[in-house]
Amino acid sequence: MRELDAKRITQTVKQLCIDANCYLPGDMKARIEACYAEEKWPQAREILERIMENYNIADQKAQPICQDTGVACVFLKIGQEVHINGDINEAVNEGVRQGYTDGYLRKSVVRDPLDRVNTGDNTPAMIYYELVPGDKVEITVAPKGFGSENMSAIKMLRPSDGLQGVKDFVKQTVENAGPNPCPPIVVGVGIGGTFDKAAYLAKKALMRSVDTPNPKPFYANLEKELLEEINALGIGPQGFGGKTTALAVNIEEFPTHIAGLPVAVNINCHVTRHKTEVL
Amino acid sequence: MAQVKITTPLTREAVRNLKAGDSCLISGVIYTARDAAHKRLCELVAQGKELPMDVKDAIIYFVGPTPAKPGQAIGSAGPTTSYRMDAYSPIMIGQGLTGMIGKGKRGPEVVAAMKEHGAVYFGAIGGCGALLSKCIKKAEIVAYEDLGAEAIRRLEVEDFPVIVIIDAEGNNLYESGRAAYLESLK
Repeated sequence: MRELDAKRITQTVKQLCIDANCYLPGDMKARIEACYAEEKWPQAREILERIMENYNIADQKAQPICQDTGVACVFLKIGQEVHINGDINEAVNEGVRQGYTDGYLRKSVVRDPLDRVNTGDNTPAMIYYELVPGDKVEITVAPKGFGSENMSAIKMLRPSDGLQGVKDFVKQTVENAGPNPCPPIVVGVGIGGTFDKAAYLAKKALMRSVDTPNPKPFYANLEKELLEEINALGIGPQGFGGKTTALAVNIEEFPTHIAGLPVAVNINCHVTRHKTEVL
Repeated sequence: MAQVKITTPLTREAVRNLKAGDSCLISGVIYTARDAAHKRLCELVAQGKELPMDVKDAIIYFVGPTPAKPGQAIGSAGPTTSYRMDAYSPIMIGQGLTGMIGKGKRGPEVVAAMKEHGAVYFGAIGGCGALLSKCIKKAEIVAYEDLGAEAIRRLEVEDFPVIVIIDAEGNNLYESGRAAYLESLK
């Protein structure tokens, strides 16, 4: 059994919080640039230019790309052969606390959804654990802004609604969101599982690079089709019109019940941030 | 598309000249307020008490910035989604507010108040907080420090770039811009 000090998890989470918020991943930059090359509508081109200028400034100044530095979503894949010395939940939260404080990131978490008092250090994180074979610990920090999170939706479709029902629901969710989630957006879709599993899959889909299609050809094709149809809606960057409404559609699917077809759509903005480190 | 220079205070007469789609550069003083601050401001209005800042002919920017690093006036400071302020904005407009900066759709009650009193809704580019912060030269908290990022700040801005999304006649760039783009494809 490999031993791992919880302090290393804290240090890693801290650095990932800072880096994820200041440096947009390369796949996102490349996709935005590719969409800019294809965008013909002048207003849309101008917005995309500002977006590129913004992430370049953030890079140079090590400054948050967006002021909504999000709630820290932390995904841990823990190898079954690792023993962690210390309280892992506290180790993650301490990393978030240090990262958001020392990194000059915004503290956006309230201690209770109804009394709404800010916790002052952006904790607690939203932690997702997965047990996997091996002796490594993989940590992904994904700061999630709520302008886009608020535009997400879930629906329990009937099996008879089928593929068309899924497509209609995804497109309707993007249409309803319109300019609110800071398009161009990344659309995470979870299909199958249970009510909560579908939502988890949609979030997990946003962790995948926009360059990596779903491994199943059927779903990879559906991702492409949905992206084309969303980009025919005309919403455009910031909602002022244009082709570039979405940068990518990522789908994750899972087996489900004979009676059900859950579909969840988790929207992310053009500042789709996540960074991974393996210990 | 017109490029308009705006200097605060923003009078009702100046508002009437702004049209949806106009690109504007704002210089002068603007105030920040988002969800929690708006709730408190509207409670003060309901109680007939004085507000911590003068909102007559003023512009409110819906933003909660990141903390300033040493040597910075402010951290990243892009707009937040405006519809969450829809319950409060008509009250603020009734108090004399003439401009709002945010992003995203507004409800009919806000547009009605804008038309009635003469106010304009500007959009700043969402997700461009690092870029927009360059136009903010000074920031100081004027109220509700306990709210952290949500405290009301007085900002001094120079050529802060915005686009008129909804003008005082109710014209809406989200509708006209998208329609014009889709028309261009035909």
